Amino acid sequence: MSLLGVRDLAVDFRIDEATTLRAVKGIGFDIAERSTVALVGESGSGKSVTALAIMGLLPRENARVHPASRIDYLGRNLLALPGRELRALRGAEISMIFQEPMSSLNPVFTVGFQIAEALKQHRALPASQARPRALQLLGEVGLAEPQAKLGAYPFQLSGGEQQRVMIAMAIACEPKLLIADEPTTALDVTVQRQILELIAGLQARRRMSMLFITHDLSLVGEIADQVVVMRHGEIREQGSAERIFSAPQDAYTRALLACRPPLDRRPQRLPVIDDFMGGTGPRPGERRRGLRGDEPIILEARGLAKSFYFRNGLFGKRELKAVKGASFKVAKGKTLGVVGESGSGKTTVGLLLMRLHKASGGEVLFEGRDLLPLPPKAAYSYKRRIQIVFQNPYASLNPRFTVGQILTEPMQIHGVGSGAAERRALGLELLDKVGLAADSFARYPHEFSGGQRQRIAIARALTLRPEVLICDESVSALDVSVQAQLLNLLQDLQDEYAMSYVFISHDLAVVRYMADQVMVMKDGEIVEIAGPDEIYSSPKHPYTRLLLSSMPRRAQ
Amino acid sequence: MSKSPGVWLLAWRRFGRDRLGLACLVVVLVYGAVMVASAAGWIVRDWSEEAGVSYAPPTFLGPEALSSEKSSAGALSLAASEDYGIPDPLADDLAEIAKELAGTSATETRAATLAFGADKWGRDVLRKAVKGTETSLFVGLVAASLAAFLGTLFGALAGYQGGWIDDFFNWLYSVFTSIPYLLLVLAVAAVVNQKGVFTVILILGLTGWTGIFRLIRAEYMKHKVREYVLAADAIGASGARRMFVHILPNVSHVVLVQLSLHVVLFIKSEVILTFLGFGVGVDTVSWGSMLAEAQSELILGKWWQIAAATFAMAVLVTAFSLLTDALRDALDPRLK
Repeated sequence: MSLLGVRDLAVDFRIDEATTLRAVKGIGFDIAERSTVALVGESGSGKSVTALAIMGLLPRENARVHPASRIDYLGRNLLALPGRELRALRGAEISMIFQEPMSSLNPVFTVGFQIAEALKQHRALPASQARPRALQLLGEVGLAEPQAKLGAYPFQLSGGEQQRVMIAMAIACEPKLLIADEPTTALDVTVQRQILELIAGLQARRRMSMLFITHDLSLVGEIADQVVVMRHGEIREQGSAERIFSAPQDAYTRALLACRPPLDRRPQRLPVIDDFMGGTGPRPGERRRGLRGDEPIILEARGLAKSFYFRNGLFGKRELKAVKGASFKVAKGKTLGVVGESGSGKTTVGLLLMRLHKASGGEVLFEGRDLLPLPPKAAYSYKRRIQIVFQNPYASLNPRFTVGQILTEPMQIHGVGSGAAERRALGLELLDKVGLAADSFARYPHEFSGGQRQRIAIARALTLRPEVLICDESVSALDVSVQAQLLNLLQDLQDEYAMSYVFISHDLAVVRYMADQVMVMKDGEIVEIAGPDEIYSSPKHPYTRLLLSSMPRRAQ
Repeated sequence: MSKSPGVWLLAWRRFGRDRLGLACLVVVLVYGAVMVASAAGWIVRDWSEEAGVSYAPPTFLGPEALSSEKSSAGALSLAASEDYGIPDPLADDLAEIAKELAGTSATETRAATLAFGADKWGRDVLRKAVKGTETSLFVGLVAASLAAFLGTLFGALAGYQGGWIDDFFNWLYSVFTSIPYLLLVLAVAAVVNQKGVFTVILILGLTGWTGIFRLIRAEYMKHKVREYVLAADAIGASGARRMFVHILPNVSHVVLVQLSLHVVLFIKSEVILTFLGFGVGVDTVSWGSMLAEAQSELILGKWWQIAAATFAMAVLVTAFSLLTDALRDALDPRLK
């Protein structure tokens, strides 16, 4: 029997007086009792809007639900329910976990207080009973030392612990339906695995229904009974999880499944959405990776170290060793993949190579010359030979510059091109190279999508014709289909210009696809360096093994 | 190649949809035009001319407002002379002189009433108010620009460079904010030791940068760790270039809103300073000096000068404040 039925749900968003955007275009699906439905889609697909509509949490000022829409929960239409009754349902019978645990918890109250508050609100439990119940819940979500954590503030907990607290709050009133909106996206892979197992276990044990929202189709295979694939506010396909994975009907679903780099093969190019929507299908050919061992070394780090200092008490200083003596080599024209979880020091290594952070020790040899002790003037000429592409394309482009200014500025600073006209021509050429139209030149970054912005950032790095390009999580913030396009672009550029890449990522599948050599980092230390196939087939270090076992297993 | 709207143009479009904001902008622009015209001498060049009789009432009240008081004063003197029963031996001569004087100056060239009355010396209150607008608005605009310039420069240096530079500017900030405001203003006034418009501008500008400094410093601290600034570093942009070419345009909306807030604040400060006697000199007219004069006039029932100054100031300050709000909404859409 169906617990929740969504019928003809359509939601409009008012952007300004003149324009409205239809975020959800009349969709319908059911959530059966004690089952898990996964809502899968990329950004802008309307999946989160759907969840908020069910919760009755759409912003009232600019969101409008179409009057013919219905959301039936045990025979009652949630959309027609008065506010008071909806509030009574929300939290008690339907509850929700959000993506960012840090911003969902109130920073000024203790964890115990916040869980107890939910119990007092909906269950009318007296304070004397709410506290032991909160303790019991923290134990149930697998938090170590629940007694001590009860009095802790959110900032004292790690991301995974915070998400466990959020889950404890969500299940506190024994809801019939749990909505989880990207609950593991902000977490490291090893933590993601634990949380996923926790949620799945709770769902079975408590006989709840669950709506699991994610952009990552590979997660879904382990947890969902039913899968709903959304794109641009429409449902492309829905069906049982086995059917979706074994025999996807829709071209978009097939594309989503295919554009993640596979672990068993290494295609010449990753298939992208257009290949499927256009009906051409993936192109054949395998790419060879790995080093022969006799490649010339362009960049070498020896004992690279970085410490940050925090004030401790009145006079004390606390040292945090972000990078502890890292030594590695980057071969000319090849890719060094750097893998690690948050706090492993992988981003710091990238910034140290660029001299964007001052190293505490060690050497960075560029063609045999140590860059670190060079005075700023002398280091300046090396800046154009090492460039970087950052993670977040929304933050790394100056919003007040046009694309043209963004591209010509580095050339101007380094005296590339003889005049404005030549720089402009070079900029236009690079725009073409990264697959953007020439009229982008006069536009501002805010007019572009995330993937397009990352193309602009890549073009900016290329203006100086660098020999080494550091990609710091450069594709991590993007949708999987856009990721595939950009990985193909980076590969094409490497083939054309014979650049060396330092490819930093937390995503093991992407690194396996891109890298000729993989370096695994943990707590500022390099635990293992090996070829990609070697490291994935026979990992030496226990941490590498843990990382690999945490990767989402695909139902294939 | 099509030109696409930049951030400023988009902000202007958002501003254009705000009717109240637009109306306030028009009011402020009219005041600005009056200020320019008055400063250039196109209007009210003759503001100090004694055009009417002393305390000539506004035209809409008619000359009776003045004459009724005169007659009562006359009745009083008559009664006094009758008390002693002795006729004034000089009465006839005085009357003749008075007649002669009245005939030559007052009655012929001095109007009995003026559009909005006259002050003690018979100067037209309306023209004084226009001239006062010039002074007050000029002081407000220039002093606010000076304060915004200092605050932005110091804030940028302190926030971006950090370290001892930050410590130094924070120390300077603490010094300025630890002294009571009026005491500080008086101290600067004593050091500068001459009255005039530019002294007031210096006083307000040199003491008023602290609030802007604090905000801009925080903005720079926030922005300097953003990836676009790191990216600028990566392509080899110099420190000054990162500070003023990359970050400044991204915090300029804060400066603009603060600038317009401080214009309002400084117009009021100028009025207060002049009222207290530390402001512009006696040869200049500002709303503050008008209010200072009005203090004694009000006892005599001559309300038109204070009304004119108050009205002119209230309209500008209200319009400017609402304009500031509209600007803030337009420049920072996240607030909506």
